[in-house]
Amino acid sequence: MDHKNCRHLLDSLSDYVDETLGKELCDEIDRHLVNCEDCQIVVDSLRKTIYLYHVTAPQASVPDDVRTRLFHRLELDEFLGK
Amino acid sequence: MSDGNKKTEKFSLEALRGGDRTEFARLVEAYSGNIYRLAMNMLSNSQDAEDILQETFIKAYRHLSGFDGRSSLSTWLYRIATNEALMLLRRRKDIEVSIDEPHETMEQIFEPMQIVDFCCLPESELMSAEARDYLDQAIAQLPLNLRVVFLLREIEGLSTKETGQVLNLSETAVKTRLSRARLRLREQLSGYYGERYGPQIKEHGRLPVGEHK
Repeated sequence: MDHKNCRHLLDSLSDYVDETLGKELCDEIDRHLVNCEDCQIVVDSLRKTIYLYHVTAPQASVPDDVRTRLFHRLELDEFLGK
Repeated sequence: MSDGNKKTEKFSLEALRGGDRTEFARLVEAYSGNIYRLAMNMLSNSQDAEDILQETFIKAYRHLSGFDGRSSLSTWLYRIATNEALMLLRRRKDIEVSIDEPHETMEQIFEPMQIVDFCCLPESELMSAEARDYLDQAIAQLPLNLRVVFLLREIEGLSTKETGQVLNLSETAVKTRLSRARLRLREQLSGYYGERYGPQIKEHGRLPVGEHK
């Protein structure tokens, strides 16, 4: 296994998993992954990491009391009931 | 991905610029959740996050008449909120808080690379309460310059371009920082899962550290 390129490819992996990488580099990584089990694991675990923080991210919501105080501060009390 | 843009389309800029209270209330309703979440994630303190939330919309209301529409409304609100949060961090720490690129240390350049194939773990273990806490901590401990980019791109769902607009960064800088943030989190999770479930998963040791470009 040739690991010389692993570190070099690392910089591109983020774009690679987003599928925003140029075709040439993308092909280079594809070719490398076929023969480099370690890098394949890095790619898989990077994808899994992204999946995990997306599914565990908190909801974008405001607690009721915080919302009430916000609307009051903005003098929007009349709109509180929606 | 950027649901912010879809929301923006529903607002009448003309009404907002003219100080229409109903339209402004709709704007607050639409974005307060996102702004509050960003502030919580940046400051890890609910009182501070509430202050930022209020300040953001107070400033927005004051300056809406001058909003030029070059960016989307959501990007503009995120920009106000991010700047407010960074200012608060500066005051809180009483030190220079910068999102500029710090000088890289050798440690950063030659970061270890753990090869732990944790993908195959069952969901119950991947997403245990403890694992979620660990991930939250890992995000909270990202260096500020990486964390802000990470939160805007990955948690708030802004595009690379929008994130650049919020932070005055080039798209290349946004991509680089997001990449570093992701790789760091991957590294941390590899360590975490490797330690706990090592025997269950194939552990390969470390990637040989080669020349960094």
